[in-house]
Amino acid sequence: MPTQSAERGHSARPYTRSIVSRRARFAWFWLAAITIVVMTPLASSAAGESIGGTLIQRLDDEKLPVEGVTITVTQDGNEIGVGESGANGKWEVAVPGVGSYQVRLETSTLPEGVELTDPDKEELSDVKVRDGQAKKVIFPLGEGITSTVSTYQRVGALLVAGLKLGAIIALSAVGLSLVFGVTGLVNFAHAEMVTLGAIAAYFFHASSVGPQWPLVVAIVPAVLVGAGFGWIQERSLWRPLRNRHTGLVAMMVVSIGLSFALRNLFLIIFGGEPRAYPDFAGQQPIEVLGISMVPKQLITIAVALVVLAGVGIFLQKSRAGTAMRAVADDADLAESSGINVNRIILITWTLAGGLAALGGTFFGLNEAVQWDMGFKLLLLIFAAVVLGGLGTAYGAMAGGFIVGVAVEMSTLIFPSELKAAVGLGLLIVILLVKPQGLLGSKERIG
Amino acid sequence: MDWASVLVDGILATIGPITAAYAISAIGLNLQFGYAGLLNFGHVAFMLVGAYGTAITVDLGGPLWLGIIVGILAAALLGLLLGLPTLRLRADYLAITTIAAAEVIRLLVRSSWAQPLTNGVFGIQGFADSFFDLNPFPPSQLYGIGSLIVTGRKLWVMLVGWTLVMLLTLLIRRLIKSPWGRVLKAIREDEDATISLGKNVFAYKLQALMIGGSIAGIAGILLAVEQQNVTPDAYLPKITFILYVIVILGGAGTILGPVVGAVVFQFLFFTIDALMVNAQANIGWVGDLLTPAAAGQIKLVLVGVGMMVLMIFRPQGVLGNREEVLIDER
Repeated sequence: MPTQSAERGHSARPYTRSIVSRRARFAWFWLAAITIVVMTPLASSAAGESIGGTLIQRLDDEKLPVEGVTITVTQDGNEIGVGESGANGKWEVAVPGVGSYQVRLETSTLPEGVELTDPDKEELSDVKVRDGQAKKVIFPLGEGITSTVSTYQRVGALLVAGLKLGAIIALSAVGLSLVFGVTGLVNFAHAEMVTLGAIAAYFFHASSVGPQWPLVVAIVPAVLVGAGFGWIQERSLWRPLRNRHTGLVAMMVVSIGLSFALRNLFLIIFGGEPRAYPDFAGQQPIEVLGISMVPKQLITIAVALVVLAGVGIFLQKSRAGTAMRAVADDADLAESSGINVNRIILITWTLAGGLAALGGTFFGLNEAVQWDMGFKLLLLIFAAVVLGGLGTAYGAMAGGFIVGVAVEMSTLIFPSELKAAVGLGLLIVILLVKPQGLLGSKERIG
Repeated sequence: MDWASVLVDGILATIGPITAAYAISAIGLNLQFGYAGLLNFGHVAFMLVGAYGTAITVDLGGPLWLGIIVGILAAALLGLLLGLPTLRLRADYLAITTIAAAEVIRLLVRSSWAQPLTNGVFGIQGFADSFFDLNPFPPSQLYGIGSLIVTGRKLWVMLVGWTLVMLLTLLIRRLIKSPWGRVLKAIREDEDATISLGKNVFAYKLQALMIGGSIAGIAGILLAVEQQNVTPDAYLPKITFILYVIVILGGAGTILGPVVGAVVFQFLFFTIDALMVNAQANIGWVGDLLTPAAAGQIKLVLVGVGMMVLMIFRPQGVLGNREEVLIDER
């Protein structure tokens, strides 16, 4: 749609196109956006209480302030004050003191094409203000749904979004499952390997101190950084622990400590704000078979399929891959038949690190790079790995796609902010019904 | 550097109600992790459920005592719900499910979908007035020795908190010395052997998870009452990790371990905090380099590193017996 791309970036944006896939894609963003608004430091500790906020409409990777919207604050039916959002979207109404207030956004004053994402939330009926507090309230704004979308288009768009999410999960999950296969360790720090890949790609691509390569180039060193991190982890941490005969449960606790330390380290280095890769940030949707989708979704799915097929061929045909499966099956037997188990485990860690980094880069491409993005994905990775069967590489691939599609499809029924809950529900149902997963063997689950 | 004020700040934080609440929560976690060998990595969810159970009950018009009962029962119920699908499986599955459940429950509570009940991100405030009505100390009167001064309000919460710590420690001691506790330790040491003795291992584990969960619920209620405030974002996963460090530091599987761990941890945590704040204010280059936000995050990195280092080099903690913490593949 060339006419739309010409208009991008101007204030007169076309708000009429279908937004379904976009809404699904950016559900995570909402969480981030709300968190940021909540965490925005309170306005200078001015004497007296007030209620205020910033009206932001989140589109793609841009945050657009919404100007000229009237907000009324009342208390028990008495009007306390009226505020209007300024050019930066900020508004503030001073209130007489501590108490509970009603805050209403006058929807008729919203600019065309901007609407509340939840139409029932035009009035917040119980906003409590504490002593001296500059209370912040949030009205999530999104694009108005002005075009009606057929069920076919909606389901189709969700299917594409689900396959894209599934591709990201599968890429990230295979490594976790392979490592579990050869060492028996459930590595909670795998989430941070995902984040590391995304942050490394951001460094090579967009950081002002980095080389600022295009994203397609920056992916390569990012994957190398991820693989290198996997290598270093195994050499400096996990192998020495195995040599000390540390139990698997103790190692799992260590991995959780590592995950927590790394996550906060990322927060220090990268900051709390989500950041998007400048390349491909505002891609125009295209229509395939009447379904609206963004090209980068298709690229994500295609690359993931190629890479996963490559992993499959590696496992089936190469010596190292065959040895990897042998070690996963029975490490002692593999060792006695002449396989260098430590070397195979090292290769597995390196591969897992590289795949996780690739998954993280695609996650960042489709959503945004953030210090805890891997941790947010971890639940879905676990669901995928458990669904496929812990320790099975192919199971993790299949599980990833199934979980991705199921989670996106769930937004047909549940509000999209409950996506994570759907993921957990899925995990629990799998554990109840078929704990060994689709491809796992019974004895693995103990 | 003002060393005296660093020390005073550290000690005040260490004897405060937050430490008592952490100690209580750690007692619950110790029962699960230390005695039963259950890897519950969503411990903070039990605290959240306890606190919200209380706050919502009072918010809907119930009395505080009923709210406390509801909170404790809700935490036990959460243990049941998480335990039923996972406790028959290997230890990893409980860890996976609980670590996920804790975040999901927090997101559910703060979602607009649950807002009518939980008031979303804003949380619920001012539900514990009847607790402070019982306070025998004049709330704004100051008590203390030298520089260690607390208000009457805080003293009241501290008194209740540390009394609870003592009672719960005695309860755990009683439980662990009972046949029930011996079976629990037997499960941790050798599950198959315990099964072969005809014990219903699943039921024992589930009970441990539920009892430990309700104790965490009590800790959550204490924190919520002290602050007269519950908000979903007070229950981040970091609390679970801090509790693990506390339990391992004090000595997993020992009666006094969680209490000692909580006191030592809080003292270190807040002394380091006070040190960093002091250094920022008084040493120029530190202040340039270290923003207050970064200082908080550095402490959390240290928590993670501490968890790794303890688990690797001294899994028995301060008080523990190395033979007792050979937690292994189960």
